[in-house]
Amino acid sequence: MQPKPFGWGVSLLLLGIVIVMAIVPLLLIRDSEFGGADAAAEEAIAEVAPDYEPWFTPLFEPPGGETESLLFAVQAAIGAGLIGYFFGLKHGQRQARASTSAQRAPTGQAVAERVTE
Amino acid sequence: MDKRWKRWLLVVIGAALLLLFEGRPAYAMHIMEGFLPPLWAAFWFVVTLPFWVIGLRQINRLIAEKPETRLLLGLAGAFTFVLSALKIPSVTGSSSHPTGTGLGTILFGPMVMSVLGTIVLLFQALLLAHGGLTTLGANAFSMAVVGPLVAWGIWKGLKDRAPVWVTVFLAAALANLSTYVVTSVQLALAYPDAVGGFAASFVKFGTIFAVTQIPLAISEGILTVLIFNALQTNAETELQTLGVLKGA
Repeated sequence: MQPKPFGWGVSLLLLGIVIVMAIVPLLLIRDSEFGGADAAAEEAIAEVAPDYEPWFTPLFEPPGGETESLLFAVQAAIGAGLIGYFFGLKHGQRQARASTSAQRAPTGQAVAERVTE
Repeated sequence: MDKRWKRWLLVVIGAALLLLFEGRPAYAMHIMEGFLPPLWAAFWFVVTLPFWVIGLRQINRLIAEKPETRLLLGLAGAFTFVLSALKIPSVTGSSSHPTGTGLGTILFGPMVMSVLGTIVLLFQALLLAHGGLTTLGANAFSMAVVGPLVAWGIWKGLKDRAPVWVTVFLAAALANLSTYVVTSVQLALAYPDAVGGFAASFVKFGTIFAVTQIPLAISEGILTVLIFNALQTNAETELQTLGVLKGA
Protein backbone atom coordinates (compact mmCIF):
# COMPACT_ATOMS: atom_id res chain seq x y z
CA MET A 1 0.00 0.00 0.00
CA GLN A 2 1.35 3.41 -0.94
CA PRO A 3 2.06 5.30 2.26
CA LYS A 4 0.62 8.74 2.69
CA PRO A 5 1.80 10.86 5.60
CA PHE A 6 -0.95 12.48 7.61
CA GLY A 7 -1.03 16.09 8.72
CA TRP A 8 -0.88 18.09 11.91
CA GLY A 9 -4.45 17.48 12.99
CA VAL A 10 -4.09 13.72 13.18
CA SER A 11 -0.68 14.05 14.82
CA LEU A 12 -2.01 16.25 17.58
CA LEU A 13 -4.96 13.94 18.11
CA LEU A 14 -2.67 10.92 18.47
CA LEU A 15 -0.42 12.82 20.87
CA GLY A 16 -3.55 13.71 22.84
CA ILE A 17 -4.44 10.04 23.19
CA VAL A 18 -0.99 9.24 24.58
CA ILE A 19 -1.23 12.06 27.10
CA VAL A 20 -4.74 11.08 28.18
CA MET A 21 -3.65 7.47 28.64
CA ALA A 22 -0.90 8.67 30.97
CA ILE A 23 -3.14 10.99 32.96
CA VAL A 24 -6.16 8.74 33.42
CA PRO A 25 -4.41 6.22 35.73
CA LEU A 26 -3.18 9.12 37.85
CA LEU A 27 -6.73 10.33 38.32
CA LEU A 28 -8.30 6.92 38.81
CA ILE A 29 -5.83 5.36 41.20
CA ARG A 30 -5.33 7.69 44.12
CA ASP A 31 -3.60 5.50 46.68
CA SER A 32 -0.54 4.64 44.64
CA GLU A 33 2.86 6.22 44.22
CA PHE A 34 3.24 4.78 40.73
CA GLY A 35 6.50 3.11 41.60
CA GLY A 36 8.36 1.07 39.03
CA ALA A 37 7.01 -2.29 37.97
CA ASP A 38 10.45 -3.69 38.73
CA ALA A 39 10.14 -2.80 42.40
CA ALA A 40 6.98 -4.89 42.43
CA ALA A 41 8.92 -7.70 40.77
CA GLU A 42 11.55 -7.42 43.49
CA GLU A 43 8.85 -8.04 46.08
CA ALA A 44 7.60 -11.01 44.09
CA ILE A 45 11.11 -12.45 44.03
CA ALA A 46 11.27 -12.05 47.80
CA GLU A 47 8.03 -14.05 48.00
CA VAL A 48 9.10 -16.87 45.71
CA ALA A 49 12.70 -17.06 46.87
CA PRO A 50 12.90 -15.50 50.32
CA ASP A 51 16.54 -16.51 50.79
CA TYR A 52 17.84 -14.85 47.64
CA GLU A 53 20.54 -12.26 48.14
CA PRO A 54 21.47 -10.05 45.18
CA TRP A 55 25.08 -10.99 44.46
CA PHE A 56 26.09 -7.80 42.77
CA THR A 57 25.29 -4.20 43.54
CA PRO A 58 25.28 -1.29 41.11
CA LEU A 59 28.69 0.33 40.71
CA PHE A 60 27.12 3.75 40.91
CA GLU A 61 23.74 4.60 42.26
CA PRO A 62 22.21 8.07 42.17
CA PRO A 63 22.22 9.31 45.77
CA GLY A 64 18.52 10.12 45.68
CA GLY A 65 15.38 10.67 43.69
CA GLU A 66 16.42 14.18 42.72
CA THR A 67 19.68 13.12 41.11
CA GLU A 68 18.00 10.18 39.49
CA SER A 69 15.32 12.33 37.92
CA LEU A 70 18.05 14.74 36.82
CA LEU A 71 19.84 11.94 35.01
CA PHE A 72 16.63 10.72 33.41
CA ALA A 73 15.83 14.26 32.31
CA VAL A 74 19.32 14.55 30.83
CA GLN A 75 18.79 11.29 28.99
CA ALA A 76 15.49 12.49 27.56
CA ALA A 77 16.95 15.89 26.70
CA ILE A 78 19.88 14.40 24.78
CA GLY A 79 17.54 12.19 22.81
CA ALA A 80 14.98 14.92 22.19
CA GLY A 81 17.74 17.32 21.13
CA LEU A 82 19.02 14.86 18.55
CA ILE A 83 15.53 14.20 17.22
CA GLY A 84 14.89 17.94 17.00
CA TYR A 85 18.18 18.46 15.17
CA PHE A 86 17.36 15.72 12.69
CA PHE A 87 13.94 17.04 11.79
CA GLY A 88 15.12 20.65 11.77
CA LEU A 89 17.87 19.74 9.32
CA LYS A 90 15.56 17.72 7.08
CA HIS A 91 12.95 20.44 7.13
CA GLY A 92 15.55 23.02 6.11
CA GLN A 93 16.91 20.79 3.35
CA ARG A 94 13.41 20.26 2.00
CA GLN A 95 12.75 24.00 1.95
CA ALA A 96 16.08 24.66 0.27
CA ARG A 97 15.23 22.11 -2.41
CA ALA A 98 11.82 23.65 -2.93
CA SER A 99 13.24 27.17 -3.35
CA THR A 100 16.03 26.11 -5.76
CA SER A 101 13.58 24.23 -7.95
CA ALA A 102 11.27 27.26 -7.88
CA GLN A 103 14.17 29.40 -9.10
CA ARG A 104 15.08 26.90 -11.74
CA ALA A 105 11.60 26.62 -13.23
CA PRO A 106 11.60 29.97 -15.08
CA THR A 107 15.13 29.32 -16.36
CA GLY A 108 13.95 26.03 -17.76
CA GLN A 109 11.09 27.85 -19.42
CA ALA A 110 13.46 30.42 -20.89
CA VAL A 111 15.55 27.63 -22.34
CA ALA A 112 12.47 26.01 -23.79
CA GLU A 113 11.42 29.31 -25.36
CA ARG A 114 14.82 29.77 -26.87
CA VAL A 115 14.65 26.30 -28.35
CA THR A 116 11.25 26.94 -29.92
CA GLU A 117 12.50 30.24 -31.36
CA MET B 1 3.65 33.26 10.36
CA ASP B 2 1.80 29.99 10.23
CA LYS B 3 5.04 27.98 10.27
CA ARG B 4 6.37 29.91 13.21
CA TRP B 5 3.27 29.18 15.16
CA LYS B 6 3.58 25.49 14.44
CA ARG B 7 7.18 25.45 15.55
CA TRP B 8 6.37 27.11 18.86
CA LEU B 9 3.52 24.73 19.38
CA LEU B 10 5.95 21.87 19.00
CA VAL B 11 8.33 23.39 21.56
CA VAL B 12 5.50 23.92 24.05
CA ILE B 13 4.23 20.37 23.60
CA GLY B 14 7.75 19.02 24.05
CA ALA B 15 8.26 21.02 27.22
CA ALA B 16 4.88 19.94 28.57
CA LEU B 17 5.69 16.28 27.89
CA LEU B 18 9.01 16.60 29.68
CA LEU B 19 7.41 18.22 32.71
CA LEU B 20 4.65 15.65 32.73
CA PHE B 21 6.87 12.62 32.62
CA GLU B 22 10.05 13.77 34.27
CA GLY B 23 8.69 15.46 37.33
CA ARG B 24 8.59 12.43 39.59
CA PRO B 25 11.21 10.01 40.86
CA ALA B 26 11.66 7.21 38.42
CA TYR B 27 12.15 3.51 38.85
CA ALA B 28 13.31 0.80 36.56
CA MET B 29 11.53 -1.85 34.52
CA HIS B 30 14.40 -4.10 33.65
CA ILE B 31 15.80 -6.86 35.80
CA MET B 32 17.80 -5.18 38.53
CA GLU B 33 21.48 -5.50 39.23
CA GLY B 34 22.40 -8.75 40.93
CA PHE B 35 18.87 -10.12 40.73
CA LEU B 36 19.67 -12.96 38.36
CA PRO B 37 21.72 -15.88 39.70
CA PRO B 38 25.22 -15.89 38.08
CA LEU B 39 24.46 -18.89 35.91
CA TRP B 40 21.37 -17.30 34.36
CA ALA B 41 23.12 -13.96 33.98
CA ALA B 42 25.90 -15.70 32.03
CA PHE B 43 23.41 -17.71 30.00
CA TRP B 44 21.63 -14.61 28.69
CA PHE B 45 24.94 -12.97 27.81
CA VAL B 46 25.88 -15.98 25.70
CA VAL B 47 22.48 -15.99 23.97
CA THR B 48 22.66 -12.28 23.18
CA LEU B 49 26.28 -12.15 22.08
CA PRO B 50 25.76 -13.30 18.45
CA PHE B 51 23.17 -10.56 17.91
CA TRP B 52 25.65 -7.91 19.07
CA VAL B 53 28.38 -9.27 16.82
CA ILE B 54 26.16 -9.40 13.73
CA GLY B 55 24.61 -6.04 14.59
CA LEU B 56 27.98 -4.31 14.92
CA ARG B 57 29.08 -5.75 11.59
CA GLN B 58 25.90 -4.53 9.94
CA ILE B 59 26.37 -1.05 11.39
CA ASN B 60 29.95 -0.89 10.10
CA ARG B 61 28.85 -1.97 6.67
CA LEU B 62 25.93 0.44 6.65
CA ILE B 63 28.16 3.40 7.56
CA ALA B 64 30.67 2.40 4.90
CA GLU B 65 28.16 1.83 2.12
CA LYS B 66 25.45 4.36 2.90
CA PRO B 67 27.05 7.14 4.95
CA GLU B 68 23.99 9.31 4.35
CA THR B 69 22.01 7.08 6.73
CA ARG B 70 24.27 7.86 9.70
CA LEU B 71 22.01 10.64 10.86
CA LEU B 72 19.02 8.35 10.72
CA LEU B 73 20.93 5.79 12.78
CA GLY B 74 21.44 8.50 15.37
CA LEU B 75 17.76 9.28 15.25
CA ALA B 76 16.80 5.66 15.91
CA GLY B 77 19.14 5.59 18.90
CA ALA B 78 17.85 8.93 20.15
CA PHE B 79 14.26 7.73 19.92
CA THR B 80 15.03 4.74 22.15
CA PHE B 81 16.95 7.05 24.45
CA VAL B 82 14.00 9.38 24.93
CA LEU B 83 11.35 6.71 25.23
CA SER B 84 13.36 4.70 27.76
CA ALA B 85 13.48 7.79 29.94
CA LEU B 86 9.72 8.31 29.94
CA LYS B 87 8.26 6.59 32.97
CA ILE B 88 4.57 6.59 32.21
CA PRO B 89 1.96 5.77 34.85
CA SER B 90 -0.21 2.80 34.00
CA VAL B 91 -3.54 1.31 35.04
CA THR B 92 -2.02 -1.06 37.61
CA GLY B 93 -0.83 1.82 39.75
CA SER B 94 2.79 1.38 38.81
CA SER B 95 4.90 2.98 36.12
CA SER B 96 6.84 1.57 33.25
CA HIS B 97 8.44 2.90 30.13
CA PRO B 98 8.29 2.36 26.38
CA THR B 99 11.31 0.76 24.74
CA GLY B 100 11.42 2.63 21.45
CA THR B 101 12.96 -0.31 19.63
CA GLY B 102 10.25 -0.59 16.97
CA LEU B 103 11.40 2.41 14.95
CA GLY B 104 15.05 1.40 14.66
CA THR B 105 14.03 -2.13 13.73
CA ILE B 106 11.80 -0.94 10.90
CA LEU B 107 14.59 1.31 9.62
CA PHE B 108 17.64 -0.89 10.10
CA GLY B 109 16.54 -4.38 11.05
CA PRO B 110 16.64 -6.24 14.37
CA MET B 111 20.41 -6.83 14.48
CA VAL B 112 21.33 -3.17 14.30
CA MET B 113 18.66 -2.38 16.86
CA SER B 114 20.11 -4.93 19.26
CA VAL B 115 23.28 -2.84 19.39
CA LEU B 116 21.45 0.49 19.74
CA GLY B 117 19.17 -0.91 22.46
CA THR B 118 22.11 -2.29 24.40
CA ILE B 119 23.85 1.09 24.35
CA VAL B 120 20.78 2.62 25.98
CA LEU B 121 20.63 -0.20 28.55
CA LEU B 122 24.32 0.24 29.31
CA PHE B 123 23.86 3.96 29.87
CA GLN B 124 21.01 3.32 32.26
CA ALA B 125 22.83 0.53 34.08
CA LEU B 126 25.98 2.60 34.60
CA LEU B 127 24.51 5.98 35.46
CA LEU B 128 21.04 5.34 36.76
CA ALA B 129 21.28 2.00 38.56
CA HIS B 130 18.40 1.05 36.28
CA GLY B 131 18.76 -2.51 35.10
CA GLY B 132 22.31 -3.68 35.73
CA LEU B 133 25.63 -4.83 34.34
CA THR B 134 25.23 -8.44 35.45
CA THR B 135 21.68 -8.48 34.07
CA LEU B 136 22.64 -6.60 30.89
CA GLY B 137 22.64 -9.80 28.84
CA ALA B 138 19.15 -10.73 29.99
CA ASN B 139 17.76 -7.21 29.62
CA ALA B 140 19.35 -6.81 26.21
CA PHE B 141 17.87 -10.12 25.13
CA SER B 142 14.34 -9.04 26.06
CA MET B 143 14.47 -5.41 24.94
CA ALA B 144 17.09 -5.36 22.21
CA VAL B 145 16.72 -8.84 20.69
CA VAL B 146 13.24 -10.32 21.13
CA GLY B 147 11.39 -7.00 20.91
CA PRO B 148 13.09 -6.06 17.62
CA LEU B 149 12.66 -9.60 16.24
CA VAL B 150 8.92 -9.40 16.91
CA ALA B 151 8.75 -5.93 15.34
CA TRP B 152 10.71 -7.17 12.34
CA GLY B 153 8.39 -10.13 11.84
CA ILE B 154 5.31 -7.93 11.91
CA TRP B 155 6.86 -5.30 9.68
CA LYS B 156 7.96 -7.86 7.08
CA GLY B 157 4.72 -9.80 7.26
CA LEU B 158 2.23 -6.95 7.06
CA LYS B 159 4.17 -4.28 5.18
CA ASP B 160 2.45 -4.71 1.83
CA ARG B 161 -0.86 -5.97 3.17
CA ALA B 162 -1.94 -3.31 5.65
CA PRO B 163 -1.74 0.49 5.77
CA VAL B 164 1.73 1.57 6.85
CA TRP B 165 0.52 3.19 10.07
CA VAL B 166 -1.22 -0.01 11.20
CA THR B 167 1.95 -2.02 10.58
CA VAL B 168 4.17 0.50 12.34
CA PHE B 169 1.78 0.65 15.29
CA LEU B 170 1.58 -3.13 15.69
CA ALA B 171 5.30 -3.62 15.23
CA ALA B 172 6.18 -1.08 17.92
CA ALA B 173 3.42 -2.02 20.36
CA LEU B 174 4.06 -5.76 20.19
CA ALA B 175 7.83 -5.25 20.41
CA ASN B 176 7.20 -3.45 23.66
CA LEU B 177 4.82 -6.06 25.00
CA SER B 178 6.99 -9.00 24.04
CA THR B 179 9.97 -7.38 25.80
CA TYR B 180 8.17 -7.62 29.11
CA VAL B 181 6.78 -11.07 28.45
CA VAL B 182 10.38 -12.20 27.98
CA THR B 183 11.42 -10.40 31.17
CA SER B 184 8.72 -12.37 33.00
CA VAL B 185 9.94 -15.62 31.46
CA GLN B 186 13.50 -14.82 32.49
CA LEU B 187 12.49 -14.11 36.07
CA ALA B 188 10.26 -17.18 36.23
CA LEU B 189 13.09 -19.38 34.93
CA ALA B 190 15.43 -18.04 37.58
CA TYR B 191 12.80 -18.08 40.32
CA PRO B 192 10.41 -20.98 39.77
CA ASP B 193 7.63 -21.12 42.36
CA ALA B 194 8.25 -23.68 45.12
CA VAL B 195 4.82 -25.19 44.52
CA GLY B 196 3.66 -24.25 41.03
CA GLY B 197 7.09 -24.24 39.38
CA PHE B 198 7.86 -22.15 36.32
CA ALA B 199 4.22 -21.66 35.27
CA ALA B 200 3.04 -20.24 38.59
CA SER B 201 6.06 -17.98 38.76
CA PHE B 202 5.56 -16.81 35.18
CA VAL B 203 1.96 -15.85 35.92
CA LYS B 204 3.10 -13.90 38.96
CA PHE B 205 5.80 -11.91 37.16
CA GLY B 206 3.70 -11.70 34.02
CA THR B 207 0.90 -9.93 35.84
CA ILE B 208 3.33 -7.44 37.33
CA PHE B 209 5.05 -6.53 34.06
CA ALA B 210 2.79 -7.36 31.17
CA VAL B 211 -0.47 -5.91 32.48
CA THR B 212 1.25 -2.66 33.39
CA GLN B 213 2.72 -2.73 29.95
CA ILE B 214 -0.41 -3.03 27.79
CA PRO B 215 -1.41 0.66 27.88
CA LEU B 216 2.24 1.61 27.47
CA ALA B 217 2.54 -0.65 24.47
CA ILE B 218 -0.35 1.25 22.91
CA SER B 219 1.34 4.55 23.75
CA GLU B 220 4.58 3.35 22.26
CA GLY B 221 2.79 2.24 19.11
CA ILE B 222 1.23 5.68 18.71
CA LEU B 223 4.49 7.53 19.38
CA THR B 224 6.27 5.38 16.81
CA VAL B 225 3.54 6.02 14.24
CA LEU B 226 4.00 9.75 14.88
CA ILE B 227 7.74 9.76 14.34
CA PHE B 228 7.52 7.42 11.36
CA ASN B 229 4.98 9.75 9.82
CA ALA B 230 7.33 12.67 10.37
CA LEU B 231 10.06 10.66 8.64
CA GLN B 232 7.81 9.99 5.68
CA THR B 233 7.24 13.71 5.33
CA ASN B 234 10.80 14.90 5.94
CA ALA B 235 13.18 12.08 5.11
CA GLU B 236 11.58 10.21 2.26
CA THR B 237 14.90 9.90 0.42
CA GLU B 238 16.59 8.18 3.35
CA LEU B 239 13.68 5.78 3.78
CA GLN B 240 14.02 4.83 0.14
CA THR B 241 17.79 4.46 0.41
CA LEU B 242 17.28 1.98 3.23
CA GLY B 243 14.59 0.18 1.28
CA VAL B 244 12.03 0.88 4.01
CA LEU B 245 9.61 2.40 1.54
CA LYS B 246 9.52 1.95 -2.18
CA GLY B 247 10.01 5.02 -4.31
CA ALA B 248 6.75 6.66 -5.38
